Amino acid sequence: MAKRTTLNKAFLSGNEALARGAWEAGLSVACAYPGTPSTEIMEALATYKELDVQWSVNEKVAYEVVYGAAVGGVRSLFACKHVGLNVAMDPLMTSSYAGITAGFVIVVCDDPQMHSSQNEQDTRWVGIYAKLPVLEPASPAEAKDYVGEAFKISEKYDTPVIVRMTTRISHTKEDVKISKRVAVKPKPLVKDMRKYVMVPGNARLRHVYIEKRLEKLQTFAERTKLNKVEMNDTKLGFITSSVSYQYLKEAYPDASILKLGFLYPFCDDKIKAFCKDVKKVVVVEELDPFIENHIKELGIKKVKAKDSSFRCGELTPGVIKDAVEGKVKNVKPRPGRAPRLCAGCPHWATFSVLKKLDLFVAGDIGCYTLGALPPTSALHTCICMGAGVTFNEGLRRAHPNGKIVGVVGDSTFVHSGVTGLINAVYNKAKGIIFILDNSTTAMTGGQQHPATGWTIRNEPTKVLDLEQLCKACGADNVDVINPIGNVKKLEALVKKRMEEDALSVIISKDPCVLIKKKSK
Amino acid sequence: MAKQTDYNVTFGGIGGQGIIKASELVGWAAMYDGFHVKKSEVHGMSQRGGSVESHVRFGKKIYSPLIGPGQADFLLCFQGDEHHRLEPFLKPEGVDLVDYLKPATDMIENPRYLNTALVGVLSVFLPIKDASWQKALKTVFKPSILKGNQKVFKQAQKLVK
Repeated sequence: MAKRTTLNKAFLSGNEALARGAWEAGLSVACAYPGTPSTEIMEALATYKELDVQWSVNEKVAYEVVYGAAVGGVRSLFACKHVGLNVAMDPLMTSSYAGITAGFVIVVCDDPQMHSSQNEQDTRWVGIYAKLPVLEPASPAEAKDYVGEAFKISEKYDTPVIVRMTTRISHTKEDVKISKRVAVKPKPLVKDMRKYVMVPGNARLRHVYIEKRLEKLQTFAERTKLNKVEMNDTKLGFITSSVSYQYLKEAYPDASILKLGFLYPFCDDKIKAFCKDVKKVVVVEELDPFIENHIKELGIKKVKAKDSSFRCGELTPGVIKDAVEGKVKNVKPRPGRAPRLCAGCPHWATFSVLKKLDLFVAGDIGCYTLGALPPTSALHTCICMGAGVTFNEGLRRAHPNGKIVGVVGDSTFVHSGVTGLINAVYNKAKGIIFILDNSTTAMTGGQQHPATGWTIRNEPTKVLDLEQLCKACGADNVDVINPIGNVKKLEALVKKRMEEDALSVIISKDPCVLIKKKSK
Repeated sequence: MAKQTDYNVTFGGIGGQGIIKASELVGWAAMYDGFHVKKSEVHGMSQRGGSVESHVRFGKKIYSPLIGPGQADFLLCFQGDEHHRLEPFLKPEGVDLVDYLKPATDMIENPRYLNTALVGVLSVFLPIKDASWQKALKTVFKPSILKGNQKVFKQAQKLVK
């Protein structure tokens, strides 16, 4: 049996490998807000003491801080999950125009199959929409290598670069070769207003520039080794990317493959040549027909693709052949235990009151979303971060006297709930907003945030006082109560506040049992 | 039969049983032994009591991070009533280690050692040197709990007759 040397190797997840690769490539500044499956990127980066890292308040803030650092002249990295990118789209779209001073990488972790997400959006489209290059590693080892390439591409073409991961890349572990860190000198701070002040006159010029940039990137796509042809049997060929490549290598070991690692802009000539050289060509990709549609646009008629039923959910070794053969997806859901709130979780007590009073509960994103599942079944909406607060207002605008409340977690409230509270106060909305304060970002594994008073490296910092914050926003009442052992008191308080013509905040506060365990 | 070059191990049970740690241990040991290794699982809900599944594959060159149905050489089940869910992963000639669940559970004083005990059982069947297992134990467990885990690992190996 062939043995490999284990020297200078580590067993790393895709997220850890990407972090390692960024560190080796001379990264300086990195920011993120936690979100499965991306969270471990920032946690891994925090272990490298040379780096300036942070949990930011939300993805928009993270993006702007990191992008500012890249404009300032140091290599910088932003990481988020797919839905997190939506929050950062405002700065992203214009950062494409203004470009960078030093390398800037946007890492986005998609979640095909929605293992831990509220939708299955495919980030590859952002490449087209924002006119940015998209790289797509197919393994942890590639994630490590590609992030270094991404910094080079960023600096050569004056562009932010998207590295698109998926759950199966982020959360797969592999033995990965590790190297030393490269020293990258910071660039001086330059006042370049035509490049960085995106008023119409300047932005019009930059738009022309980025259209040319796309053409140059397309030329690069044709020659980069990130797009690799593996020519074997010419009877059958696949055009693929990401983890689908790995499934194909095992299911069809003799087939030829064009593996796209530099996904967008597309390498049209390479694609055309491959389709000419191979008798039958099948595009194999997870989620949307991103590659498929482009190849159709190129007018290559012989190319086959998966049935549209496979646009939902991830591909797996068990279904890869069905997808290749154009069959309709036929996956029986596998039985399994549903997750539920932990024993001793303070949310149990709060939800027991909400359920007993038969309230309509506008929910949000976090552990407490599990309150929608049996046995509590006491949460009735969940759309996006912060909507627990704003949905209370919207639902009440539809039903002004409805028995409606909103719930939001402490980390989520800081992320984007507070703006909704200010809006509710300003626009004279009523009702109760619960901040389910378990003193951590629990669902993603317990990350710090401004109201915990600790940084990502567990250094003390100023504590954001949620009670004072809500008062300052103008809430009529702000009550703080520990729900554990106080269910009757909490019930009486909710009844009282529901009867008042007021906007009330109830901070239901008790630390997450998992962080209690951790600190033991 | 050709000499086996790739090994697929499916781990399964419920959140909080140390399944991820167990597959971590096997992954590091295989890497220290010079194999190409891939390990995959879904994070996020794992601590909330839901079903947890982890796949470890090692060999000369591994592509897929996931084990397909009927492809596992070994099944390491941590929870009896999850077994029926995991069984379809096994090859017809695969080794089901579920019979060791009870003796392993009876052997340990603290349920937290179940993962190390079951990996100890598994280690007897895998072509990984003891030195690599020992190195992996040191990598995966912090010093304060290392000795206890080393002991359980060794004891559990003796459960395999």
